[in-house]
Order: sequence, then structure tokens, then C-alpha cells
Amino acid sequence: MPPWELKADMTVRSEIETQFQQVAQEQDKRLARLTDNLPLLDSGLDSLCFAILVSRLEDLLEVDPFTASEDAVFPLTFGDFVRFYENVAK
Amino acid sequence: MLRSETETLGQALIANSDLGARWVFGAGATAAWGQLAGGSCLGNGGGDLRGKSVLVATTDQLTAIATLVELDGVASRLVLYPPDLPVEHLAYAAKTAAADAIVSDRILAGLSLERCSLIVPGALQPSGVALDREQPWQTEWVLLTSGTTGLPKLVAHTLHSLAGAIGKSNDTEGGVTWSTFYDIRRYGGLQIFLRAALTGTSLVLSDALESTADFLERASVHRVTHISGTPTQWRRALMSPAARLITPSYVRLSGEIADQAILDQLRSFYPQARISHAFASTEAGVAFEVKDGIHGFAASIVSQTSGVEMKVENGSLRIRSDRTASRYLNHDARPLKDENGFVDTGDALELRDGRYYFAGRRDGVINVGGLKVHPEEVEEVINRHPQVRMSLVRTKKSPIMGALVVADVVLKTAQGFDARDDRSLQQDILSLCRGALSAHKVPVSITFVATLAVAETGKLIRRNA
Repeated sequence: MPPWELKADMTVRSEIETQFQQVAQEQDKRLARLTDNLPLLDSGLDSLCFAILVSRLEDLLEVDPFTASEDAVFPLTFGDFVRFYENVAK
Repeated sequence: MLRSETETLGQALIANSDLGARWVFGAGATAAWGQLAGGSCLGNGGGDLRGKSVLVATTDQLTAIATLVELDGVASRLVLYPPDLPVEHLAYAAKTAAADAIVSDRILAGLSLERCSLIVPGALQPSGVALDREQPWQTEWVLLTSGTTGLPKLVAHTLHSLAGAIGKSNDTEGGVTWSTFYDIRRYGGLQIFLRAALTGTSLVLSDALESTADFLERASVHRVTHISGTPTQWRRALMSPAARLITPSYVRLSGEIADQAILDQLRSFYPQARISHAFASTEAGVAFEVKDGIHGFAASIVSQTSGVEMKVENGSLRIRSDRTASRYLNHDARPLKDENGFVDTGDALELRDGRYYFAGRRDGVINVGGLKVHPEEVEEVINRHPQVRMSLVRTKKSPIMGALVVADVVLKTAQGFDARDDRSLQQDILSLCRGALSAHKVPVSITFVATLAVAETGKLIRRNA
């Protein structure tokens, strides 16, 4: 993988992590430690938080992988979630 | 189903067979329908409530069910206070409903409820006194929904109008067990509770404090066959591996517009299930069910739904049936129906190739995961900020919640405004909103704009997405 792509992927991941933390703080939720294996339902965020998160990420990354693909299946873990965005952002 | 317009919930329950073997499963406690039909959690208080207006504001759904069964046909009015509504609105609801008593285990200290007696429900006990249901009251059932001012609207129904869509079930022989993600104090959840009660099937209740995975696991243990929820609740359920634990034969969506993506995902998750999306609202009642797995609905449904008259006028769907609510209790509310008895749902429709598709709301109401938001109530809060001249709250599509709330704001100091202050001012306005509004009503983003379009009437021009 060329170094600039690696850098782009890191940016997507760190942006997602920042937004998870920000939304959790705004919505007064206790955020679990963000590891790749963390099931999203155990992250501490509710549906409204995820909706806000996807909306913010759409503004920041200019992609919405959920709307981009009609048959998109919602990712189950934090790692899936990041890859979901990385795949569309590429 | 109800056998007559005057039959009470208790009478209808007793008419079912196998009452001792059909259950209501809560997250904490379980009761047989037979216990509920012959029981009391109000003690002697229940008997004293004959002809009274009673507001039911319990935290627990099972206690609410026991109270409703006990008091339908006894109280003159039953007001169902949803648990997610701030307790501050309770005094307003009690006053508007002229409540004589409040059944609640919530902490109500500091509320001015001088007219009302407070009854704290206890455990369900066999009723010592057979309640006199020989000459039952025609109890008015009142549901709460969101209003433009931020105060709840009180919507009056009867058991008959609420149960209008519940016919004889063809499924009972196969051992139906119902469940719903909804709380039963909301219209969509109340439908499922009444369906289970009137058709004599077991019911698995959700619980606000329980995780989606735990709820699905309980639903699986009790072998749920029929289950309903909003598209938002279903999207969340499908995020959980526990969604694979249930194998429903019937999946129902309501409360929000079902898009094709969620219908397709449910089809692939539950290939054995009949999947339908229903159109219903607290005011308009249950109108119709769409069974073909495609979003929107066939135009023929408008003319061919028995018991429900529908028409599209000025682009919005209007409904007349014996399932609609009768009126709002709020003194300042507009009439719920027009002079011909039609309820304007406010849902805009577009006709394409013989099929109607939902195209937002004529009145700008935003549906966030099944909960209504009136733009005006959010704008009123934003406009309190000293630097805000005016604001426009509108909808933003969301693949998770259907829609979200966003705001365009015109500042008083448009000239010479320092863009570097944008972010802190946005946060300032948002924290004002968070202090005054439920979480789903707080804008997810604020955009500062130079002007907003105003019509000749002096009103903001609302473009509804």
C-alpha cells in the first residue's frame, strides 16, 4: 500500500474516533474503549448518537456509505464501521 | 376483537380462552392475562376511581397494563403518559385532562398537582372486590403527542377507535406471541398491546433500561412470532447479532416512512417472515398496511381499503374512519378533523407510476425515529439566544433515524461577524437547545446564513424535504 493511502486511512479512522468521542460527550453517554472488536451496540451510543455521527461524518468526509449503497448492511463492530468508511473513502 | 362498542378491555379479556396460559412478559416481572383480568395493583384505590379522570404515569409497562385493564370501564378518562416525556409536562397534562388522580411511581415532588390525588401502584393482587363492570363507563383513552409549542397535545380516543383495526386473527391457532420495540404508551405500542389482549395471545414487552440484545434474547426465549417496531428500531436491532436469535413469521414496521433499504434488509434477515409496513398515526389511527415489500403504496389502496376512506387533497393524505381520534383536549388546539370528519395527516404524497411515495410533511413536522418534532418549538428556543435574529429549522435525511433536525440561523451581527467565532457560538446555541429540548429535537448542525426567505404573509417559507 503506498504511504499516502495509508495516511488517508489513518485520517478516516482518527476522524471517526474523534467524532465518537465528541458525540458521546455531547449526548452525555459513557463511551466504551474503541477497539476493532467492540460491538457497536456495546459502545454506549444509542440510535440518535449513530445518526448524528453519520451526519457529521458525511459533512467531514463527504461520504455517506449507508446511503451510497441501497443494500448496505449496518456494520456490527467498531472495526467494521471504520472499514465501511475507508472502503467508500478510497 | 371487541364484540360491541361498549365492551370494556376487562370484559374482552375474559372472553378469551386459555387466559392462564397466555402471558405478558416484562423485563422484570411476568403476569398471566388471567391475573391481569382479575387483579388489581391499585388496591381499594381502583374502586374509588369510578367516573374519574385518571392520568397513568408509571415507569413500568406491566403496571400500566394492569392499571388500564383495571380502570377501563371504571374511570371516565385514562391518560397514558409516556415514560420518555419530561416529568415537568405532567402538571400541564393533568390540568388539560382535568385529572382527579395520578397513578404513578415516579417522583413528582415540586409539581403543582393540587387537584389530583396520587396513587402509588403496588404489586398485582387478586382483586378482593369484584369491580362493577355491569354498567361500565365509556372510558375515554387519551394519548400524548408532540405539539408546536413544546407542550404535549392530548389526543382523545375510545377503546373502540383504538381497536378498530384489530380483527379476528387467523394466526391464533399456530400459537402467536406478539412483541414490540415500542413502549405501549405510544400509539404503535398500544396497538400491539391491544392486539395481544383482544386476540388472547402472549406479549413480550420491551424495557427502556434493557439493551437491544437482551430484549431480542428474551423475545427469542419466549418464541416471539409477531414483532413490530419503527424503521429506526429495526435498523438498531439489525446491528445486533442477537437479531439472528428470533425467527418471526410476521414483521411489522410503522411510525415512520419505511425505506426500501430497511425492507430489503429485513427480507434478507427473516426470509420466512411476512414483512409489512403500516400507515398509522395517533390522530388518524391505523389506515392501511402494505404487504408487497416495496416502499410507498399502490394507489389502489386509497380507494380499496375497507373501513377507511382516504383522499389526497392539496398534496396531503386525509383519512376518515372510525379509527381516528375524536378531538384534542387542549383548549388552544385547532380542530382535529375538518367539517367532513377527515383528519389531515400532513403527510405529502407524490404519485409515480401508480404508486404513492411519501414526500415529507406539509406542515414541516420532522419525524426523528418515530418521534415528531415541530420546527417552531426548536426555533423558539434558538431565537432566545441574544445574538440570534431568526432561525429556520428543517429536516436532514438520515439513514439511521429517517430524519434529523438541522437549523439555519441569521445572526443580529451579520456584518463584520468574525468567522473564527462560528464554532463557539454554534456550541453556545446548541447548549441552550440541550437545556430546553429532548435530545432528538436538538439540531445536529447549525449553519449561519445571511437571510431566510419570508413569504408575503410574513411567515418563513418552509421547504419540506
